[in-house]
Amino acid sequence: MTLLLLLFPACMALVALAIPSNRLRPWVLPVTTAVHLALTLLALLRPAGNIATSWIALDPLGKLVLLLISVLYFITSFYLVGYLHYRHERSNRIVCACLLSGLSAMTLLTWAHHLGIMWVAIETTALSTAPLIYFNHTPRSIEAAWKYLLIGSVGIALALLGSFFLAYASLRSGLPPTLLLGELLREAPQLSKPWLHAAFVLMLVGYGTKMGLAPMHTWKPDAYGEAPGAIGALLAGGVTSCAFLCILRIYHICLAAGDGPYVAPMLLFMGLLSMAIAGIFMVGQQDYKRMLAYSSVEHMGILILGLGLGGAAALFGTLLHMINNGLTKGVLFLSAGNIHRSYNSAQTSVVHGALRRLPLSGGLFLTGFLAITGSPPFAPFISEFSIFNAAIDSGHWIASGLFLLFLLVIFIGMGATVLRIVQGSAPESTPQTPYRDSLFTTFSPIVFLGLALLLGLAIPSPLNHMLMDAVHYLEVQP
Amino acid sequence: MNSLLNAALVLVLALNLFALGTSRILTVIRTVTFQGILLGILPLLVHGHPSLPAVYASAAAILLKGFAIPFMLTRAMRDVHIKREVEPLIGFLPSMILGAVATGFALIFAGELPLADEHMTPLLVPAALSTMFIGFILLTTRAKAILQAMGYLVLENGIFIFGMMLVEAMPLIVELGILLDLFVGIFVICIIVNHVNQAFSSLDTRHLAALKE
Repeated sequence: MTLLLLLFPACMALVALAIPSNRLRPWVLPVTTAVHLALTLLALLRPAGNIATSWIALDPLGKLVLLLISVLYFITSFYLVGYLHYRHERSNRIVCACLLSGLSAMTLLTWAHHLGIMWVAIETTALSTAPLIYFNHTPRSIEAAWKYLLIGSVGIALALLGSFFLAYASLRSGLPPTLLLGELLREAPQLSKPWLHAAFVLMLVGYGTKMGLAPMHTWKPDAYGEAPGAIGALLAGGVTSCAFLCILRIYHICLAAGDGPYVAPMLLFMGLLSMAIAGIFMVGQQDYKRMLAYSSVEHMGILILGLGLGGAAALFGTLLHMINNGLTKGVLFLSAGNIHRSYNSAQTSVVHGALRRLPLSGGLFLTGFLAITGSPPFAPFISEFSIFNAAIDSGHWIASGLFLLFLLVIFIGMGATVLRIVQGSAPESTPQTPYRDSLFTTFSPIVFLGLALLLGLAIPSPLNHMLMDAVHYLEVQP
Repeated sequence: MNSLLNAALVLVLALNLFALGTSRILTVIRTVTFQGILLGILPLLVHGHPSLPAVYASAAAILLKGFAIPFMLTRAMRDVHIKREVEPLIGFLPSMILGAVATGFALIFAGELPLADEHMTPLLVPAALSTMFIGFILLTTRAKAILQAMGYLVLENGIFIFGMMLVEAMPLIVELGILLDLFVGIFVICIIVNHVNQAFSSLDTRHLAALKE
């Protein structure tokens, strides 16, 4: 069944390449993602295999990311059907194939228990998402794709070097070199410290580039700004969570080696720096899709900050926040995509009165903004609050103060831009486009918002168990 | 065996500097190709009696870096009809000096590293570090998109040299996966290079400056 889950999307990518009709082809997406979600749920129910020695195994951390990706793809796939139908003049062959092969690579990443395979999986994810960014084939989108590919590849190359350093750390202490996660965790206390620390820094920088942590985030506003909204949702919710999983792996090894106090200051610094940079660029942002990209930088910062705080409460909040961020980004990117199509512009100087022209999408965008900035009763409030609580409890006064300050700056900066878009009335000069909100393009963001609200009101007990398991897995040495 | 390995690594280092100093794009591609083939043979030199998987990995590396990737790159070059000169952001001589300094620095730095006893003598670690540095120099000081891709390849070559000390940790399937990703990466880069040329009528990445704050 594992093999089926890994290979099914890749096979469907080939099917998508073979389907001649541009109109029928997008329907492969919901079919594949529905099967993927069903298989994922089955895999989650099965007892975990031997996660200590195997190469491919689903541990509690992998389970969380796998569930997030599967749900994200499933819900977004309906939107994609509507979007690709609207853009029927452009061939969607490559887009469908790349989306599905990317899903396969991300699934492999969540199962990978060998750091080499994990690296191959994330590089494949990066390669299969690059063509999605320049779907529109405008000079700007090609520039964005080039930057995404080049900066991402260099970052991931550094992460590969970091993985080699990790294997060298075991060689240096007289153990057979290995990149198997289970063995590394078991041998962690004996690993050669200088090489382990160097490996941590390289992998934090390398996978952090893919995640979009400041100051390696420069590709992010370009890529998210130029990619279609649905692709932005999958990148900001899916690919970044995958990169975060890679960082969780090396973090886990450092914890097992008893190096928690060594890595914590670096993680705190990177997290707060990302939030600060995001805040600076979000104030007065003229392009609302770029604004969403900076919001993604901010939330990646929050995740890394949560890791830096450490401890069960902060880790619980961090893992929950990863899921909440994915769902809420879905609402924002998909509704922003609708607004973009209706006005044919992403500039705040042109786009006004979205609530009048597109009551549904405009409303979703406004509610999504409230959710992502941590307003109750939505889920990000719960997770950000638990991270903040953990920071206070562990005596990180400066970090918690800065955390609140940056959240406030971002709320004001993002709010000013969002209100300018949704309020008022559309200027006369704005050309009318044929786009109207339809069932397909509003259904997906509504479902995302519903899930974000549900998680904010009560975390279902199976998910709670999964989160608890993951925290336990991170904290207890094998 | 060690002297042969060291000789090959010195050749790798010389190729690095040559790639920095040459003015024709095709020569850079050929230099990096030769370096790739040399690095494909190296694992067989490191291990006196190579196992069958090691031979497969070497064959795959030579096939890819020696033939498939240069073939794609030269075709991409031919398709876009660009000027054949490198046009560096900093001159050839300064970049060669920079490369030489980086190599010297790598030699000193590697001496300070806490290496395992069996890796104290051969040039492997300094060669890996300096090749990576030079990959970065190529990436950052060359304006043309294709040369940035070459820089990425040289960077990857440096990491490959480091990985040679860790063959036991890298099963064949993972090595092949990494090579496949490299191949697909260059393939996608070539496609985007083509689009860059169509959209901007040039491969100069300095034209890619519309997106900024």
